[in-house]
Amino acid sequence: MSVLKEPEMLVSLENAGISRSDRWLVRGVSMSVSAGEIVTLIGPNGSGKSTTAKLTLGLLQPDEGTAYRKPHLNVGYVPQKLDLNWTLPLSVNRFLQLTNRASRAQINDALASTDTLHLANAQMSNLSGGEFQRVLLARAILRAPDFLVLDEPVQGVDSNGELALFSLIENIRNTLNCGVLLISHNLHIVMATTDRVICLNGHVCCSGSPANVASSAAFKSLFGEHATSGLAFYEHNHDHEHLPDGRIHHNARTGGEENIDA
Amino acid sequence: MLDDFFFRAVLGGIGVALVAGPLGCIIIWRRLAYFGDTLSHSALLGIALALLFDINVTLAVFGISVAVSMLLIVLQRRASLSSDALLGMLAHSSLAIGLVVLAFMTWVRVDLMGFLFGDILAITPLDLAIIWGGGISVLAVVFIIWRSLFAATVSYEIATAEGLSPDHANFIFMIMMAGVIAISMKIVGVLLITALLIIPAATARRLSSSPEQMAIFSSIIGLISVWGGLLGSLEWDIPAGPSIVVAALICFVLSVMPIPKRQRSR
Repeated sequence: MSVLKEPEMLVSLENAGISRSDRWLVRGVSMSVSAGEIVTLIGPNGSGKSTTAKLTLGLLQPDEGTAYRKPHLNVGYVPQKLDLNWTLPLSVNRFLQLTNRASRAQINDALASTDTLHLANAQMSNLSGGEFQRVLLARAILRAPDFLVLDEPVQGVDSNGELALFSLIENIRNTLNCGVLLISHNLHIVMATTDRVICLNGHVCCSGSPANVASSAAFKSLFGEHATSGLAFYEHNHDHEHLPDGRIHHNARTGGEENIDA
Repeated sequence: MLDDFFFRAVLGGIGVALVAGPLGCIIIWRRLAYFGDTLSHSALLGIALALLFDINVTLAVFGISVAVSMLLIVLQRRASLSSDALLGMLAHSSLAIGLVVLAFMTWVRVDLMGFLFGDILAITPLDLAIIWGGGISVLAVVFIIWRSLFAATVSYEIATAEGLSPDHANFIFMIMMAGVIAISMKIVGVLLITALLIIPAATARRLSSSPEQMAIFSSIIGLISVWGGLLGSLEWDIPAGPSIVVAALICFVLSVMPIPKRQRSR
């Protein structure tokens, strides 16, 4: 398909929406992730970041719009939370081979890259929160995925470890040339490592390169006040309406969709 | 003293214990104990229908168990009741319907105790063939779907996202459960099948450090329980089913005893 050096599109959403009990969790979301690209979803709690990620993975089917996924896409997925039943005797080694077989050397490489090689024989139930998170990441990396989805991969990881993990994610992208969809709360690190930022709040508020998004009004209204006041309340929730063709109609001063790169 | 019927009982019991091991582990990991109970309660309806239409009991029980599993899947999607309420409803209404049907059939005399608590005297060579044929098939299928089944047990979402189609594995697992219920019935009886699934697996948990190890250990512990239970049954003239379950319980109690440090798994 790709004639020149156009990177191959791995997943895309076209005006996708999910509704549950007459409420739209997300609506009118259009986005795509191509090979070799790191795309980050940011937004407040309940803004539909995980829902959007699940749409791209096919874990949820859109109630409107479409979701495309390249056939036979090799996916690595780090979910936001994983509640292990502690009646499971499960070593880190075995957990890494949850969905595919791997050689000892491959396992050790994956563990070493997330600094968890010493835990290879430990039981999953004995890991600390940060260790658990690193092992989750190691498991996803081990699959050498084409498309890596990381839903808040650094929860419980200390700040040094966090930096290391983000540079690891960049490394993985560079070596595997995989597409990465990242959900994160840490705006500073996200801005440094990502290629494209998509700012969500039930719909795509703004998207573009990190520098452009950071200076946009929609982004400031979402995160600027939040950072200063610590108040998780956003006034611009209902300042616009969704037109049938998927565009946003503004009827107030702030918010709405701005595609800064366009 | 290895009488012929006793030999058949041991052979049948071993067949059942081997299959119950891995499936019992999945049941424990997924907290599905009540699901096993529901299937085994509905087995009585299968027995009643088998007597009514004069078909093979094992086959009828298998059919009813599959039907109840499918009904459960449908109800879980449609009804606004929690799974445990649905299971309780299915379990006891199918048990009641089974008893009602049996009561209407005044022309048949049924040894209800035999079905409820197992009847080693009743094991025929045909039963043995069904137990081993069915058991080996179930084990083979479980072996094939094990990776998907286990991955879906750990995380349904990861398994789905990474292309393991856990829905298929779960569906097959339900059918395999129905199979195990059907072949275990003669050995331990309808009321105690869940115990044979759960207690050996719970015992194996203490001794295992990997899921596969736990599956194999629970088969072995089930085997020991069947052997010990049947010996006790013969010795003291007690029903086979309860005797096997008590033997399994003794194994469990032994496994909970403190073990020397060097043997303890990490």
